[in-house]
Amino acid sequence: MKRLCTILIAVVVLSSGIAWAQGSTTVDATAAPDSAFWRVLTLRDYNTRVVVLGVTMLGIAAGTIGGFMLLRKRALLGDALAHATLPGIAIAFMVMVAAGGTGKWLPGLLMGAVISGLAGVGMILLIQGLTRLKEDTALGIVLSMFFGLGVALMGIVQRMSAGSAAGLETFIYGKTAAMLASDAKLIACTAVVVSVICLLLFKELRLLSFDPAFARAQGWPTLGLDLLMMAMVTGVTVVGLQAVGLILIIALLIIPAAAARFWTHRLRTMLLLSAVLGGVSGWIGASISALVPRMPAGAIIVLVAAAGFVVSMFAGPARGVLARWIRLQQLNRLVARQHLLRAAYELIETGHAPTGPSGRPRIRIADLMAMRSWSRWSLMRLIHRLDRQELITLLPGEVIELTDAGMIEARRVVRDHRLWELYLITHAEVAPSHVDRGADMIEHVLGNEMVAKLERLLEQERQEQIPQTPHVIR
Amino acid sequence: MSWSVFDTWVVVIAALCGCACALVGNYLVLRRLSMMGDAISHAVLPGLAAAFLLTHSRASLPMFIGAAVVGVLTALLTEWIRRFGKVDEGASMGVVFTALFALGLIMIVRGADAVDLDADCVLYGALELAVLDTTTLFGMTIPQPVLTLGTVLLINAAFVVLFFKELRISAFDPELATTLGINAGVMHYLLMTLVAITAVASFEVIGNILVVAMMIVPGATAYLLTERLRSMVLVSLGVAIASAVLGHLAAITVPGWFGFPDTITAGAMAAMAGLIFLVVLLVAPRQGVLSQMAHRLMLSLRIVREDLLGNLYRQEEQAAAAGAYPPHVDAPRWMVRLAVSRLAAEGLIQRTNGHVALTDRGRVAASELLRSHRLWETFLADQMSVRPDHTHRTAERLEHVTDREMRLRLGQDTQAPRLDPQGKAIPPEHPPAT
Repeated sequence: MKRLCTILIAVVVLSSGIAWAQGSTTVDATAAPDSAFWRVLTLRDYNTRVVVLGVTMLGIAAGTIGGFMLLRKRALLGDALAHATLPGIAIAFMVMVAAGGTGKWLPGLLMGAVISGLAGVGMILLIQGLTRLKEDTALGIVLSMFFGLGVALMGIVQRMSAGSAAGLETFIYGKTAAMLASDAKLIACTAVVVSVICLLLFKELRLLSFDPAFARAQGWPTLGLDLLMMAMVTGVTVVGLQAVGLILIIALLIIPAAAARFWTHRLRTMLLLSAVLGGVSGWIGASISALVPRMPAGAIIVLVAAAGFVVSMFAGPARGVLARWIRLQQLNRLVARQHLLRAAYELIETGHAPTGPSGRPRIRIADLMAMRSWSRWSLMRLIHRLDRQELITLLPGEVIELTDAGMIEARRVVRDHRLWELYLITHAEVAPSHVDRGADMIEHVLGNEMVAKLERLLEQERQEQIPQTPHVIR
Repeated sequence: MSWSVFDTWVVVIAALCGCACALVGNYLVLRRLSMMGDAISHAVLPGLAAAFLLTHSRASLPMFIGAAVVGVLTALLTEWIRRFGKVDEGASMGVVFTALFALGLIMIVRGADAVDLDADCVLYGALELAVLDTTTLFGMTIPQPVLTLGTVLLINAAFVVLFFKELRISAFDPELATTLGINAGVMHYLLMTLVAITAVASFEVIGNILVVAMMIVPGATAYLLTERLRSMVLVSLGVAIASAVLGHLAAITVPGWFGFPDTITAGAMAAMAGLIFLVVLLVAPRQGVLSQMAHRLMLSLRIVREDLLGNLYRQEEQAAAAGAYPPHVDAPRWMVRLAVSRLAAEGLIQRTNGHVALTDRGRVAASELLRSHRLWETFLADQMSVRPDHTHRTAERLEHVTDREMRLRLGQDTQAPRLDPQGKAIPPEHPPAT
């Protein structure tokens, strides 16, 4: 039911967009400043409106299906597919001319493109299945072979006496700025169909993208689903091809999806983001190309999308470089803190820390230095930080004291460390002199549940007790 | 068809170009970087445009430098995005090359006044026009591209010959290369530089997609034909030359059959290379589809023959008269017929009015098979703890791959029993036929 509602909303939104694009061209007299910038941005001109909406729809459609392709690790298939459509277009043209037409009947050309694109995909799968050649080579062979055939056929078409071949090259370069309302409508219909199929078969396509082997084992018709996915990609590619050109459609299939991947781990959100990013790149790019003279729309859309990719790659919260770096830093800080606390505790335990006037043991920094291979600079930085966190107190004379909170935390860390050491000795049969290093790495990631399990396993009777160290503390 | 000096030069240029591409292409195929050829050949566009805009000339050297820089940049960026962004390699390649290509297009369109370069030339190349652009070398008038492509071919050949060992090790096993003290990274980026340079040199002639065809298809074809790198390189050169010659022939003849004038040689060349690949895919001696099919067919025929012999023996055992023709074997009827006539021709069975029976030689062969089968059943039941009523199917498969020596060992391991787990007699071992 929820699914149905979403579909209805999608259809309504998309179709109202189409209706609006087709609407009258009357300019609202009460409108604000009449600068070119404003006119483009508010889609006042009929032409701009068609182009911007068409490209935006294409971005949405390509972004959605591109997300699945990315997860299926078939990002470059769109590349091969787009190139493989060329001979189909040329052959369709020749057949239609031979049949007595002008050869420029769009549905016929698109049909040719779809057939040869699917033939290309089939051949890629065949080459991979029949030989030891890998996927990349299969893609390259089909891509270049079909395109070469297409170029040869186009050469014939251009020298044909009957029919004018002018306009066929738009399939390669696109004619974004000269998009017709009928093209925009076709793109919008494709976008609606693709979105609806993706919503209806969301669960199935998701499983196929993440774990095709499991999907097959579960009895899903994976081949059929794969073919459906290919068919959708082919549809989007072919429709986009004549509107925006080869390179742009490849870019729209790959870049928004790859960018969206940085933001989330959830497929639903990722597809939505990918569609939005594709749509927004199309919108901004088409607007820029309408504003700046001699600015090819297709190329600028790709660059806008690429800029979005770069931003996402750094700023994306889920997999972005920055987010991962921050998480790594946090982990490093946690590890350093726990190392310091454990070193301090072990010094206290072995009696290297005389009790000071406050009644707490005082640890000399020189002793701490000897516990671990840390540089003086990093150790001092660490001490200052822990001082601010009120886990330790830095006193004059190069000594520190553990606060109450620091003591509790230190006991916990030492306990985790020694529990793991005991586990390694008793259950993994590691020599006592070798367990320190292993426990050193694992102590930071032991959760409560894990510690509880270790306790049960090692039959520790009292929760608070800290086990004796099984080896000499250096 | 009329052949002129012009046609000869077209073929020479195309062959030079094909060989230069194929030399580096082999390593792209082996290192699973085929699509890198595609990516680089698109991505060098901004390098070319920058070279034009800076020098205002179409001189070769700035073009090559620009292309090499951007080509290496493409490889670097792809690697960075893959490593730091944890993006699938194909996707990161797609992001990089489409963005760079778009950048190049914009540079060309924006600087169109200064630049005498159109995107058509990059995409399609102009082999036919390239021939007309002549230069003089040692008093001979030759087309300019012959010189350029010849130089690039020499550089590539020198690279492949000089670094043959290093390239081979880093192509098949980069980790081993590193432990042997070969810097696989340096080899990788050297290769990428050469790919970029080759792509630029070939652009003008055959266009960037067809560069991909000449890089990948000869290498892939050779990969299907041979197991050795040395012969793979040589075969790929042969395929490149063949597609150049056949491609031009096709370009000037094939359209004529349908009443059209000639077509673009570069396109026909790529299509021809593809055709050669498809033919090899079908008929290659070991990797080919046909030979694999034949191999599979021979195997199933052998199994049907052996099953026939075995079943005939079992019928005799059950003291029935010669069985119905033919004894049941789970295989297509035509294959059973073929097996029966082969067996009869070899004198292992004889046909008498609609019945078949084992000859003496046939009985020996069948008893060896049954011995294998029943020894396996014993072995599986005794030593592998398979339930006795579950051993038949496994033994049924193993009997076909058990030779004499294995059967002897099997007999020893099972202490030469006389009955199998089902209580059927195990035929004795016959002395080897001389």
